[in-house]
Amino acid sequence: MRRALPIFVVLAGLLVAIAIVNPYFLEPPAFLAFVKRAAPLVILAAGQYFVIVSGEFDLSVGSLVTAEVVIAARLIDGSAEATWPVLALMIAFGLIVGLVNGIVTTLLRVPSFITTLGMLLILSGAVFLWTGGSPRGALSEQFRQLGRGSLGPVPWSVLILAAVAAAAVCAMRAGFGHTLVAAGDNDRAAALSGVRVARVRTVAFMISGLSAAVAAILLGGFAGVSAQVGKGLEFQAITAVVLGGVALGGGRGSVAAAMAGAFTLEALFTLLNLYGISGALEPAVQGVIIIAAVALGAVRFPRARAAAAS
Amino acid sequence: MRSYSRRFLAAAALAVLTLPVAACTSDKPAPSASGASAGAPAGSAGPADKGTGEQSKFFVQADYDAQMAMRKAQATGPSDKPWEQSIDPQLVDTAEFKKAGPYHLCFSNAAVDNPWRQVGWKTMQAEVALHKEITEFTALDAEGKDDKQISDIAELQGKGCDALIVSPNTTATLTPAVSGACPKVPVIVFDRGVQTDCPVTFIKPIGGYAFGAAAAEFLVDKVPAGGKILALRILPGVDVLETRWSAAKVAFDKSDLQVVGVEFTDGDAAKTKSVVSDYIQRYGKIDGVWMDAGATAVAAVEAFEDAGQPVPPINGEDQQDFLKKWSDAKLTAIAPTYPTYQWRTPVIAALKILKGEQVPKVWNLPQPAITQENLATYLKPGMPPLHYALCGCEDLPGYPEKWGGTS
Repeated sequence: MRRALPIFVVLAGLLVAIAIVNPYFLEPPAFLAFVKRAAPLVILAAGQYFVIVSGEFDLSVGSLVTAEVVIAARLIDGSAEATWPVLALMIAFGLIVGLVNGIVTTLLRVPSFITTLGMLLILSGAVFLWTGGSPRGALSEQFRQLGRGSLGPVPWSVLILAAVAAAAVCAMRAGFGHTLVAAGDNDRAAALSGVRVARVRTVAFMISGLSAAVAAILLGGFAGVSAQVGKGLEFQAITAVVLGGVALGGGRGSVAAAMAGAFTLEALFTLLNLYGISGALEPAVQGVIIIAAVALGAVRFPRARAAAAS
Repeated sequence: MRSYSRRFLAAAALAVLTLPVAACTSDKPAPSASGASAGAPAGSAGPADKGTGEQSKFFVQADYDAQMAMRKAQATGPSDKPWEQSIDPQLVDTAEFKKAGPYHLCFSNAAVDNPWRQVGWKTMQAEVALHKEITEFTALDAEGKDDKQISDIAELQGKGCDALIVSPNTTATLTPAVSGACPKVPVIVFDRGVQTDCPVTFIKPIGGYAFGAAAAEFLVDKVPAGGKILALRILPGVDVLETRWSAAKVAFDKSDLQVVGVEFTDGDAAKTKSVVSDYIQRYGKIDGVWMDAGATAVAAVEAFEDAGQPVPPINGEDQQDFLKKWSDAKLTAIAPTYPTYQWRTPVIAALKILKGEQVPKVWNLPQPAITQENLATYLKPGMPPLHYALCGCEDLPGYPEKWGGTS
């Protein structure tokens, strides 16, 4: 937990900065609305964390989110009965895409950067071919509830986020988490000590695919069908993870910090928006964060190595 | 412990790096898409700062005036077939192109990459199928790329077309390609224009100024004086969208309304919803929403619903999802249009030209707005949410199935 502290300090600082501009922000409804809006990115960042800490990348999550939403709209087409089967199908599709990413990366030994970049292009091309740029069908009200509605005062997406966060932290505390970090830190050493590196990495990709499916359910619910829904999310998720202090290349960082990184990114965007400088600056800020975080990580790298893998 | 403090330093450095970005601009007023001052540009009346920013570089007073006049003008032609109507036509003789059928029509299409073009393209194909004298119809899709469209136009010239229809991807870049085709075949341009008058006819609805003005005037009429307006735009720098906003700016500058924000949404529903939610939070209440395109209007409406606020006057476009929301939630709304029925007109024009009948040099199609009074006529249950109501396709064979609907 100690190593994750800095990002929480930054996050708290940003939240205070937002609250100074907009005092209403810290009241429960506004704060819950913020968490609700951040939820898809936080979930994606958690999924991305598993892949990054195991020493790989997943660039395909953005277009996977788009594909999921477009497919769901087409299959549900406004019918309430189709909602639950399609939700199950979305989860399965996310897992399968992750499985393919994992198998191609580990068994065929294609670098994950290339595998998932290819998957990004395949999915976005397939979506475009299928829809011609104009998604058809509609999501049902029941489906929309998950991203839009709430249980009493608490939005469903906040509850889903809490469940995902708890599951992610548990997974990292369990044996699986330790083998994953070991594989990311030094895959040969891990393999020699009995870790099935290919298998844990493939599972990490499947978790990332699953997180994309959940994020798609929330995003589709939040704002409805759109062929742009997942645009740029892969980079936001990677930025969030890096911002959380997780080392690109694997082996270091905690999942809680990665999720805090996503909250921080979302808080930063909210703050920029409050100051009236939204839009064009967001990608630039992300770029600065990625480069700065990796550069700082590299400077620190030789000494921090010894204290790694907790 | 050492690694801890280094980490802390790293994160602190990041914070220092990013915070000033926000802080140094904090003295700017709200509208992000504009400079702080609204220096009254030529043609706009209001000396006071209405929050609308500088007038767009794309604003041309003469075009604006012409479009405002056309909005009030009466179109000639059959009123039940607006795609055959024209406003203020200057007819040109086409006897030189007269030839006996059957005909081979060719079409260079900019793209079919959005719902508007999808609906239009289906409508055009159905129009072609209506005419037995068209025995061949060759269409090439440029997929939104200028270079592909330039080579498409060159390729079509070798296919023995009797007439060439072009929907240009961009205005300036496609001008030489169209100029090159004009001497060889009668050319019909529609939707976006080109910077040459060599095409036999140029078909377009009235235009972007008319769209933006219709929406803005509605808000000026419905929102009480001093009301806070949020303007949502897709992107800056696109001529057809800049004209919409610049006409709205003229209307808002003359009004008693305050434009509290001009934001870009990239046409993304989630972003639109977030932006609107932020403004509701920041100002407590927003009294009107102006949009330069309707695709994300439903997301904007939902932002008010989710905040538990009444939806203020808003404009969308003629897409079914917005019309349905308007009807279900009893909104105060208007839907200016950029009608997809204009995709029928080039085929009709091509046949007129090949039969030696006169056509307007600039074929200005009427551009109606959907209002509360005629909403029911345009709301078509069974059509897909992204279908455009002004397709003029209801009488065409294959409707509604070909357009994705159910009867």
